[in-house]
Amino acid sequence: MLELQNISYLVDDDNKEILRDINLAFDEKFVAITGPNGSGKSTLAKIIAGILKPTSGKILLDGEDITDLSITERANKGISYAFQQPVKFKGLKVKDLMSVASGKTLDIKGICDILSEVGLCARDYINRELNGSLSGGELKRIEIAMIKARATKLSVFDEPEAGIDLWSFNSLIHVFEDLHEKTDGTILIISHQERILEIADRIIVINDGLVEKSGKGEDVIPELLYKSSMCQKLSRD
Amino acid sequence: MDLIQKELLEEIAGLHEVPAGAYNIRANGKAAARNTTANIDIVSKEDKPGIDIIIKPGTKKESVHIPVVISQTGLNDLVYNDFHIGEDCDVTIVAGCGIHNSGDGLSQHDGIHEFFVGKNSKIRYIEKHYGQGDGKGGKVMNPKTIIHLDENAYFYMDTVQIKGIDSTMRETDADLKAGAKLEISEKLMTHGEQTAQTQFSVDLNGEGSSANVVSRSVARDDSAQLFRAKIAGNNACAGHSECDAIIMDNAKVRAIPELEANDLDAELIHEAAIGKIAGEQLIKLMTLGLSEEEAEEMIISGFLK
Repeated sequence: MLELQNISYLVDDDNKEILRDINLAFDEKFVAITGPNGSGKSTLAKIIAGILKPTSGKILLDGEDITDLSITERANKGISYAFQQPVKFKGLKVKDLMSVASGKTLDIKGICDILSEVGLCARDYINRELNGSLSGGELKRIEIAMIKARATKLSVFDEPEAGIDLWSFNSLIHVFEDLHEKTDGTILIISHQERILEIADRIIVINDGLVEKSGKGEDVIPELLYKSSMCQKLSRD
Repeated sequence: MDLIQKELLEEIAGLHEVPAGAYNIRANGKAAARNTTANIDIVSKEDKPGIDIIIKPGTKKESVHIPVVISQTGLNDLVYNDFHIGEDCDVTIVAGCGIHNSGDGLSQHDGIHEFFVGKNSKIRYIEKHYGQGDGKGGKVMNPKTIIHLDENAYFYMDTVQIKGIDSTMRETDADLKAGAKLEISEKLMTHGEQTAQTQFSVDLNGEGSSANVVSRSVARDDSAQLFRAKIAGNNACAGHSECDAIIMDNAKVRAIPELEANDLDAELIHEAAIGKIAGEQLIKLMTLGLSEEEAEEMIISGFLK
């Protein structure tokens, strides 16, 4: 289980507090974090993965304090992190990265099985370079496939729907439904998409660096939708 | 050949034993072994060190290996190899040079390779340069390649120098007639205090000729690299050059691409990019469990693959 205790994150330049005293514990299978742009969601995900260090507070994984551990150490303790903008590499192939992700435990067949699960025809992709010749949607699926290959106890996805067309998004929903069903660990997903929020066992709303609301979908989603329709109405008027 | 020479041979040409087909193995400045075939003849030059490789018209699916190994310290080996390739051939040529210098003298190999490629012939030319040995003596290689392509000939050059050469001046000149096509892939890595200069000069003389010169390099430690590529379009033609370099530590890299259009229908493009390894690439691999050093190695080896 992942616990965040009194996590704050301050940006040096303008002394702005991105996250303010966040206290959360994640023990459900599928938790969604949502909230307006700039509310601090991605910062929180990066703090969990070790890419950013919190200004104050503690991070516990199964009771162990991992606040001072590096990205690599956290990865090896069982934290996976899917980038919002997948990283490209010149010369490295899909199979190279999938092999690293799986800790070299997967053979070609195993890699192909996972690529198929995220909706890619494995034969066409396994030897492709992870470069600009792949579309945003393809890169996104490969990013998700890497997290599946790792199969760790905590997987963090930062806006998997960002930069994906509607067509790809519809099939992506099935990938996450499947993940929800099969995972043995916890999936933490940052998303603005109602259909992803609907899958979640719990939804956390972050606004202005604070946890505004946390609860089951049926309690949180109607309120979010009401707010969103009010915003649209106000902007129309 | 001794054990060191055999090891060098394996490193530069992937050879464990004598290759199939035609070959000429040069060790410490002397011919060590040679084989010719019905279609490929190899003749020693009379007036200067080197060989003439003569490939009959219509020779297909054959290969020529001409590796050079040097294990004697202080040897300065200069060699002229000319390739006369007839029309309608399809041949793979594997060259390469390995130096093992465990002494204090300078070991140097300057190989000058000139290709005369006949009409419609397809050539794959692979050369690999490699140095080893912990002596104080330098390991220097200055390969010069001159390529003349007749009409509709195709020449692919794959050149690699990843390890152990202290100083290198690599020069490649090419001229192309109508419909001829040249592709060059260069992979280079320098470390320590090594210096590498690489210079391409391509004349696209014939209508419909094309050239694509791509160089990827990594400069580490205190090494220095200079890349120059000049493509001249003298007819309706297409030329593209690309230099992509990763810089690390205190290394220095200069890239000077040059294009010269002498015809309205010459389409010429150059790209040059120099930069350190992107931080997000390192972070991505670290989130997959690699240490920073392992991530760096993986990025570099992929880049130079």
